[in-house]
Amino acid sequence: MRIDCPLCGCRDSREFHYRGTGKLMERPAADAGAEAFHDYIYMRENPAGVNCELWFHEMGCRAWLLVERDVSSHEFLSVRLAESVTRGKQ
Amino acid sequence: MTRFADGGLIERSQQIPFNFDGRSYLGFSGDTLASALLANDVRLIGRSFKYHRPRGILTAGSEEPNALMTIGRGSQSDPNVRATMQELYRGLTSASQNRFPSLSFDLLAINDLMAPFFGAGFYYKTFMWPKLFWERVYEPLIRRAAGLGALSGAADEASYDKAYAHCDLLVIGAGPAGLMAATLAAKGGLDVILADEDFILGGRLNSERVEVDGKPAAEWAVDAVKALAAMPNVRLMPRTTITGAYDGGTYGALQWVSHHLAEREGLPLETFWRITSQRTILASGAIERPIAFADNDRPGVMMASALRTYANRFAVTPAKRLSIFTNNDDGYRTATDLAARGVEIACVVDTRTYAAVDGDFPVLKGAEVVGISGRRGLNAIVVRTASGTRRIATDCLGVSGGWNPSVHLSCHLNRHPVWNPDIVAFVATDDAVPGMLAAGAAAGGFSTHAAFQSGAAAAAILLRGLGRKVPRLPLPKSEDAPYVLTPFWHVQGGGKRAWLDFQNDVTTKDVKLAHQENFRSVEHMKRYTTLGMATDQGKTANIGAMAVMAELTGRVIADVGTTTYRPPYVPVALGALGAHGRDKGFAPERFIPSDALAREQGAPMVEAGLWYRPSWFPQSGDTHWRQSCDREVLMVRKTLGITDVSTLGKIDLQGPDAAEFLDRVYSNMMSSLPVGRIRYGLMLREDGMVMDDGTVARLDKTHFLITTTTAAAGQVMTHLDFCAQVLWPELDVNFISITDHWAQFAVAGPNSRVLLNDLCADKISNDTFPYMAAGEVSIGHLKARLFRLSFSGEHAYEIAVPARYGDALARELDRLAQQHHGGWYGMEALNVLRIEKGFVTHAEIHGRVTADDIGLGRMVSAKKDCIGKVASQRPGLSGQDREQLVGLKPVVAAGKLLGGAHLFNLGENPVRTNDQGYITSQCFSPTLGHSIAQAFLRNGRARTGEMVDVVDLLRGVKTTCEVCPPVFIDPEGRRLRG
Amino acid sequence: MRYSAWEVFRNGLTGNKGWKPVWRNPEPKSSYDVVIVGGGGHGLSTAYYLAKNHGIANIAVLEKGYLGGGNVGRNTTIVRANYMLEGNSQFYSHSLKLWENLERELNYNVMLSQRGQILLAHSDGQMDRFARLGNMMRMQGDDAELWGRDEVRAKLPYLNHDTARFPIYGGLMHWRGGTARHDAVAWGYARGADRRGVDLIQNCQVTGFRIEGGQIRGVDTTRGYIAAGKVGMCVAGRSSQVGEMAGLRLPIESHVLQAFVTEGLKPLIPHVVSFGMGHFYISQSDKGGLVFGGDLDGYNSYAQRGNLPMAEHVAEAGMALMPMIGKARMLRSWGGIMDMSMDGSPIIDKTSIDGFFINCGWCYGGFKAVPASGDVFAHLIATGNHHAAANRFLLDRFATGRMIDETGNGATPNLH
Repeated sequence: MRIDCPLCGCRDSREFHYRGTGKLMERPAADAGAEAFHDYIYMRENPAGVNCELWFHEMGCRAWLLVERDVSSHEFLSVRLAESVTRGKQ
Repeated sequence: MTRFADGGLIERSQQIPFNFDGRSYLGFSGDTLASALLANDVRLIGRSFKYHRPRGILTAGSEEPNALMTIGRGSQSDPNVRATMQELYRGLTSASQNRFPSLSFDLLAINDLMAPFFGAGFYYKTFMWPKLFWERVYEPLIRRAAGLGALSGAADEASYDKAYAHCDLLVIGAGPAGLMAATLAAKGGLDVILADEDFILGGRLNSERVEVDGKPAAEWAVDAVKALAAMPNVRLMPRTTITGAYDGGTYGALQWVSHHLAEREGLPLETFWRITSQRTILASGAIERPIAFADNDRPGVMMASALRTYANRFAVTPAKRLSIFTNNDDGYRTATDLAARGVEIACVVDTRTYAAVDGDFPVLKGAEVVGISGRRGLNAIVVRTASGTRRIATDCLGVSGGWNPSVHLSCHLNRHPVWNPDIVAFVATDDAVPGMLAAGAAAGGFSTHAAFQSGAAAAAILLRGLGRKVPRLPLPKSEDAPYVLTPFWHVQGGGKRAWLDFQNDVTTKDVKLAHQENFRSVEHMKRYTTLGMATDQGKTANIGAMAVMAELTGRVIADVGTTTYRPPYVPVALGALGAHGRDKGFAPERFIPSDALAREQGAPMVEAGLWYRPSWFPQSGDTHWRQSCDREVLMVRKTLGITDVSTLGKIDLQGPDAAEFLDRVYSNMMSSLPVGRIRYGLMLREDGMVMDDGTVARLDKTHFLITTTTAAAGQVMTHLDFCAQVLWPELDVNFISITDHWAQFAVAGPNSRVLLNDLCADKISNDTFPYMAAGEVSIGHLKARLFRLSFSGEHAYEIAVPARYGDALARELDRLAQQHHGGWYGMEALNVLRIEKGFVTHAEIHGRVTADDIGLGRMVSAKKDCIGKVASQRPGLSGQDREQLVGLKPVVAAGKLLGGAHLFNLGENPVRTNDQGYITSQCFSPTLGHSIAQAFLRNGRARTGEMVDVVDLLRGVKTTCEVCPPVFIDPEGRRLRG
Repeated sequence: MRYSAWEVFRNGLTGNKGWKPVWRNPEPKSSYDVVIVGGGGHGLSTAYYLAKNHGIANIAVLEKGYLGGGNVGRNTTIVRANYMLEGNSQFYSHSLKLWENLERELNYNVMLSQRGQILLAHSDGQMDRFARLGNMMRMQGDDAELWGRDEVRAKLPYLNHDTARFPIYGGLMHWRGGTARHDAVAWGYARGADRRGVDLIQNCQVTGFRIEGGQIRGVDTTRGYIAAGKVGMCVAGRSSQVGEMAGLRLPIESHVLQAFVTEGLKPLIPHVVSFGMGHFYISQSDKGGLVFGGDLDGYNSYAQRGNLPMAEHVAEAGMALMPMIGKARMLRSWGGIMDMSMDGSPIIDKTSIDGFFINCGWCYGGFKAVPASGDVFAHLIATGNHHAAANRFLLDRFATGRMIDETGNGATPNLH
């Protein structure tokens, strides 16, 4: 696989560390309660199509990336800086 | 001799001696081992896998199922090499496989007589009694009989390499389609890689007696290759097989660098390439398919196209009196070509009744080969026609069942090929691998003209797709014979076995049995019969078996479906795929700043993650590591010791929000830490378990320096990046790892301050530099960082200097320490010191423990949120069932404690249901004079003073211990603060 | 028909015409007492034990493709009972005991080969962990031996003992561990279930569940609606999708795990060997191929295929551990979709829907678990109570904090 890092360009997936679902961006508020954290930490949509997920360009610019990828074909549909995505929501 | 007097692409001036099964032969430069053996009239070259049937060479390519050889002798011999792919070199030594005691007399040939009992899946129905016989009797027998070649068991001494390449266009296969595509694309300005598994580029242009632009095809190929080689944007890769298609335009490729050389000095044997391409043209050609008939595996039965290759390219014929069995016009080419070379054509047996006869030889239409005679070499065939059967003397039978496009690589991303009824074969779908187009025979165009034409067309499409202009390039003039075929897969009737998969010995009977037993899905059939699971992945076998299954189930082949082709296309040596994995190449090596000094002092170095650290520092007279270790521990406790702690993760954080950030990632409060002070910190994972522990030093209001354990340094850094970028980008904080930038040494023991005051320009005292102070000091002109920290329980410091001064500082510390009867201590002593003091490492914080489990529950601040806080409050993570960190000391001083031993209530049976916990760390404490341990014990903190049995069933040790707090030394911390 | 050497002999003499279909091809009935979704190893063994141990005859197994086409047919065939934690330890111990009698139980040779499996240790810390593990195995009644450096060198001389990047400190030998013929396990259970009247229905994909008043009523399939008293889900690799049809969200991610086999070689590696530093495990099949694997590719995937980085890493690890295999040629690679749970351990539990039971989250452990998984799942479906060997694999354990996390990596499925 190759990932088009917004900062570094298209790079081999070996440079990246995979974290998992993009939902991990949405950490509940401190007072959201145990159930919200349980959902955040453990539950997964795990779609068989487009998955929203976090990759870390560990051997490159060390940017966390929010990626849309079809997990049945391994096709990358979009790659964004996670930091920009979070800022956009704030 | 079966070598023609002239012709062929061999260098007759270079005779090459070689050896097969102990006999010497001569071949020519340009020969493969297979062509050279045929030229020497060697017909029997191996034994089949299951029935140990005599076998001869079947093909002239990488699809060869029979001619697997061991090349070389002794511990470095190379098993399962295809003789059809091995170039001849001076002194090549080869041997047949899977036979005992010899190729001509193989005892296990008895299996062939037992065949009625050895049908598909017979082993699932027997060998079940008695119970113990499987491992002791049946399996060893089966294993010895099975297998092809042998490895010696000695380390492979060959060198292998890896390489990487990028291109705009990868052309797979350098036949007419590939050459045409590469030429057009290169002229259009693309960076092109043209790879072919053969050592001469040109594909079947080198095997056919056709003309291109008025000259012999092979000559045309030489010119085309020359023209490509002259272009700077083209890389030609002969002897290179594309082995797999992967995501993102990535391809694996295996290059046989020096298999063909007698002298390999300085060259890798093979190189495994990773090629990344924008676009790909699959011009991999096609593979001729056999027809199944009784005893069709006998030596002398060969693929018709292979006979042409041997005759036209290698000037060799295994046939003196040739027959052909065909269902298509292509079979006639072989008869024509060999007849032109003076080989007698006994007959062409054509299953079709309508075929247009072409050639001056006998043709039997509507005929089938129903039998064979000649066990170790064909001497006659039995042919059935409408008018009856007849026997025809012949020493070689060329078989042509039509052609299968080599679609394998197009299937590697799980897309199935599509059935093309016009050519009665599966063809690749375009973009089955994104960016890949098939051309030439791989796309089902079987004439030379069709190959040129489709190669050019595919290149034109890709050029346009990449926004390039398509240059003008006239198509070479070449034959455009139609491909006329009537499907015919196997000869019906007769009780004898007809082979589908030569290597795995799967016959039509096996497929029928699979059907009879309801293994009818193509995958079931494959798995039950093992068809297509041999080293050729069924390249010659699969389609015939699907046809038989289609017949049996009343379906068409397209509906039977295909099994999935998987990488690699040809088998890849693990040495090549795993090149540089051997020995120290497996992982990077990290060396501490005092590495040289430690080695000078004779310290054995031990792996700590990727680092090497000194285990202990032996002194003359030491006979056991424990002597060194005990001495070092007592030295630290009595005077002082120094050790290199540069491996600890060091992260420099700065920014107005750094304190807030640390409050969120550490469980305890960091924002209240005064400048110039240090605090022990605990980091949790979001699931509430302890991630790591370390220290936080506040160098300035907005400037912190944190440390991590050696083991978790990478994980913590990644975690902090995640928190800062993903969770809280609004916090104004920046950080970098400075682990490699600073050399850091611990100076521990009652005399540590004395040493530091010798070393540093600025003198410190307990008042100016109390426990948990941090600050800057000068060593000469050098600014150093000093931290008053202790992981030994002693009055101790860590001093850090830029890494380039690490060795110098280490040597200075060494000199000063000796003045106070101190010195270095290694990992073993470091571990003892920390166990004595009750500090945890990742032996304790192993990912399943909470802060409370290790007695640090109070470090999860009630005043603020932090990563992991909410999850750590789940009901299952507290209460009497949790195992908590305790200390253990044996009731009898000599009592032995072992890491990994389990704890039980006194006198209870050591069984799982009585399990109370386990030891995580243990050592002999020279300070206390007995063994001590850290352990997790169910509800342990409430059980101080209780006796437990510590049992190690593996090593037969049982020791009764008293439960105590995990801190054995100076629980009040007086030494730390002194 | 009963299989035996005599039958093989008798049929061999008569042209092998007497062999009967190993299972029927029944049309689905309109209603079953129990419907098992998924005709892989776990579904087939569940059906078998439901019929055999609990006297339920009216059972269907619905398989969207062909029987045994999932992970039971694409693994490295390792069977072992070497788990460290309460919950796993007793379960895999139970499974190994069932394995040891499976051939006689099923009258089918699954070729269980208890050739011994060794975990190699490369540090003192790892030796301590293996000691803890080995002691747990012994406490559970299973076998384990802790070997030192010299013993490993003597018994496995072909390993790199002298120039390795990560030297071998010792190992944990589990003699009763080994391998089995993976397809045969699926076929043996299928045949056993079929003979007890279970309808094995291939090419029948479940498209939905009918649930009324919190109670399961039946399943919609590509071959029509089928009413069911109870439904058991055994679709590891696709658990999230099938669970979603029943409105369940699961603590599961799907990941791809590759496996590899070399060309056939004469006997070379007698045991199952696991490298402790580089995610590599290897054994030699009875056919002679070296069967080996490594870690997950690392990213979510449903593709049943992997990529080069892990293939290369696994080969590198192989060369690091045993450089004698350099000239062994990798013949084939394949990928299976792992149901990776959040703590690396499976889920075998009831759900909020009456009569709907789930069996999922097998991570790497699915193949060796096949017998016990079927046994305990059948028990749960039939009795409504958890089997004693599997009473900790609860769906709510993440909410209660009672995870069973052998590797200690937490909610990071690709690290388990």
